[in-house]
Amino acid sequence: MIEQEYILQMKNIKKKFSENTVLKNINIAIKPGEIHALLGENGAGKSTLLNILFGMSVIHATGGYKGKIFIDGKERQIKSPMEAIALGIGMVHQEFMLIPGFSITENIKLNREITKNNVISKVLGEGLKSLDFDIMNKQARKGLDTLGMNIEEWTKIAGLPVGYMQFVEIAREIDKKNVKLLVFDEPTAVLSENEADNLLTTMKKIADSGIAILFVTHRLEEVIKVSDNISILRDGELVGTKKKANTNITELAEMMVGRKITRLHKKEKVVKDRVILSIKNLEVMMPGEAVIGVNLDIRESEIFGIGGLGGQGKLGIANGVMGLYPGKGEIYLRGKRIPLNNPREVLKNKISFLSEDRRGIGLLLDTSLELNIAITAMQIQGKFLKKFGPFSQIDNKEIRNNCLRLIKELDIRCESPLQITRRLSGGNQQKACIARALTLNPDLLFISEPTRGIDVGAKKLVLETLVKLNKESEMTIVMTSSELAELRSVCDRIAIVHKGKIMGILKPEDSDVDYALMMSGEHPNALREKV
Amino acid sequence: MGKKIIQLINEFGIPRIIIVSFLITLLIMAFILNIPILELISASLVRLGMHGTLVLAMVPAITSGIGLNFGLPLGIICGLVGVLISIEYNLRGFTALFIAIITTIPIAAIVGYGYGLLLNKVKGSEMTVGTYVGFSAVSIGCIGWLILPFKSPEAVWPIGGGLRVTISLANRLDKVLNNFLSIEIGNLTIPTGSLMFLILLAIIIWLFSRSKAGIAMKTVGDNPRFAVASGLNVNAYRVIGTILSTVLGAIGIIVYAQSFGFLQLYTAPMFMGFTSVAAILIGGATVKKASIIHVFIGTFLFQSILVVALPVANKIMVTGDLAEISRITISNGIILYALTQIKERA
Repeated sequence: MIEQEYILQMKNIKKKFSENTVLKNINIAIKPGEIHALLGENGAGKSTLLNILFGMSVIHATGGYKGKIFIDGKERQIKSPMEAIALGIGMVHQEFMLIPGFSITENIKLNREITKNNVISKVLGEGLKSLDFDIMNKQARKGLDTLGMNIEEWTKIAGLPVGYMQFVEIAREIDKKNVKLLVFDEPTAVLSENEADNLLTTMKKIADSGIAILFVTHRLEEVIKVSDNISILRDGELVGTKKKANTNITELAEMMVGRKITRLHKKEKVVKDRVILSIKNLEVMMPGEAVIGVNLDIRESEIFGIGGLGGQGKLGIANGVMGLYPGKGEIYLRGKRIPLNNPREVLKNKISFLSEDRRGIGLLLDTSLELNIAITAMQIQGKFLKKFGPFSQIDNKEIRNNCLRLIKELDIRCESPLQITRRLSGGNQQKACIARALTLNPDLLFISEPTRGIDVGAKKLVLETLVKLNKESEMTIVMTSSELAELRSVCDRIAIVHKGKIMGILKPEDSDVDYALMMSGEHPNALREKV
Repeated sequence: MGKKIIQLINEFGIPRIIIVSFLITLLIMAFILNIPILELISASLVRLGMHGTLVLAMVPAITSGIGLNFGLPLGIICGLVGVLISIEYNLRGFTALFIAIITTIPIAAIVGYGYGLLLNKVKGSEMTVGTYVGFSAVSIGCIGWLILPFKSPEAVWPIGGGLRVTISLANRLDKVLNNFLSIEIGNLTIPTGSLMFLILLAIIIWLFSRSKAGIAMKTVGDNPRFAVASGLNVNAYRVIGTILSTVLGAIGIIVYAQSFGFLQLYTAPMFMGFTSVAAILIGGATVKKASIIHVFIGTFLFQSILVVALPVANKIMVTGDLAEISRITISNGIILYALTQIKERA
């Protein structure tokens, strides 16, 4: 049989989460000793595919998948990670699955310890055998040597540099006798450049020993460096599989992000040249989205987009300006300096923010819609209150009127103004957040991931609402989003963030290649404004 | 149909259903055993006024997000000091009551402020820390009762030093609120004054909850991250909630003492926090949500059971202390139940 030569074949894999198709007809085949890269943006379907391969419970809890998986030419139904491991599939995790207080050997051999008999175990059974550290250390040593690590095997994990931890993970996987396929899920995300280079070399070494590698990443440069074949996923579809020899970074970039862009509004409006918000040397300590030195000028009444790959710091900018995460630097609103790390001052200066974490930060889920909408304006601007000397009471009539007006204006679908926001749909929850921001009458609105977790129809409505607000009330909007297509459909200018810095500012009509290269930090004009 | 019933049961809460049916069973037994029901109801009303304020003290604590205030003994000790001061100045009747309340408020506010600062440092384990703060406060209080310079012969031991364990309030605070405008209909006595006082405090808390600061406090308790994004100072409002709770605890013990007729010092306040916690939980409150209705329902249900259980138990079993056993079982049981219901924030 010809199929025998492949270690892993995935055929016509399909996956739906309720009505939402996330994977369509994915076909992937990997031979022994091959490094196969799986390339795609955030949300392209990479993790879902891996979850299927590993039989993760989230797949089976949501109705399973369609299609066939062959391992060593035999069709397999993988129902749990244990089965995947038994079949010889190993995984190097993105976040390290290591026990800090254990030594390297202990971590490598965890749950596969080599034991020897002692007096007690002979009486009381298997569970009390002692560990044979001599053999275990030797085997761990062998693994570490394969990887070219000259660290002592009895060192504790705690305190090791992250690069080393990554290698210990790999050592653990290759120590498993039957391992045939290793999956690296974005392994270089947390590594320094040097460490990443080491890792890539190591991957080649492992592949040379006959183990196949599935390398999941969105970094084009690394893909070109190590992989033999490259499969590109976009929006849940397999765009193509390329041999490395027949392709180049530019083509891959285009395949990765290419999409038809439809502009939601014509370029008839004049963006004024006046700067409304000026950000200077902004640094934000937001875990996973750190910003290190951002300079931006937002112009009056434009829609400004902030894009970039996940974890590069695009979300940190809005959160930092609003003071939700500790930041350093200077921000000026129309030339007036605004203090950082003080949400109250920022709100008072008519800057509003809709968080990417809508249910966590954006809403009081068990409070009525009308109070949700009114609450920030009440606390910041003293609206919706009846005053009795030093005492105040809420003005229910005003709150109700304001809510009814906004329900009509934004077309929020709800049973009544008293409905709690937990019961609203995703799109309507987002509208409730927008309503709350509008009640503050902002001059400048930050909105992060406006369409995350919203179904397709409602996505468009939310974006149209933003465009309408921008046009009719000349409100300046700064929109942060992981979906490039969305940014390009509504924004006037788009800044791309890479490694906590602005790589450059692009026009929505710039080419896909520009965007892709900018996002992976490899654009020739990077760090120079194009607009 | 079946679904609807299940939903109704869930909304009402299984523990409340058990408690209500237990109370009804007790009432039926009381009736069968010929125990005068009206007297029992009078006693329940007295207990409602007596414990109500202490239970009300839970409301600002829960709404501001610090959870059930197990550190209530802190406020209680402040209240005891207030009453001792009124005794020291030889005050009687309403004067004594009001002076006790007025002197205790600033003391409780300062103590509550410190307690609030502490709770801000231990976010996430307020209830555990609060419990031990309560225990420690009682122990420190014990030293205080021995060395505080109170001189009134009614309050201190005639021989040796220090304050008495139990101080009689006869002719001073005893039942000043209970007897105020009290109504007697046959065997039924309504302690109008103490109920009115409880309602008055409840109205103040209700008005506060509808003020700007009250809404802010509720927001902070409901979702601190939302509150920060709305420009609110989370720590400050948590401190306000703690202060309010401590002050209400202080006033609560004064009301309790006037109804009881005695002032209990030393280890007596040790478990009073638990009784209040249990009462508001029986009323339907959770660790995250509480309202004034919960205070009234909970206090009435809990205290009624204790009132009715005692004579019934005595008729069935002459020896033993069934009422006390049921009090401890119910109060600890309901607290245990509520703590198992805490869900991680989604």
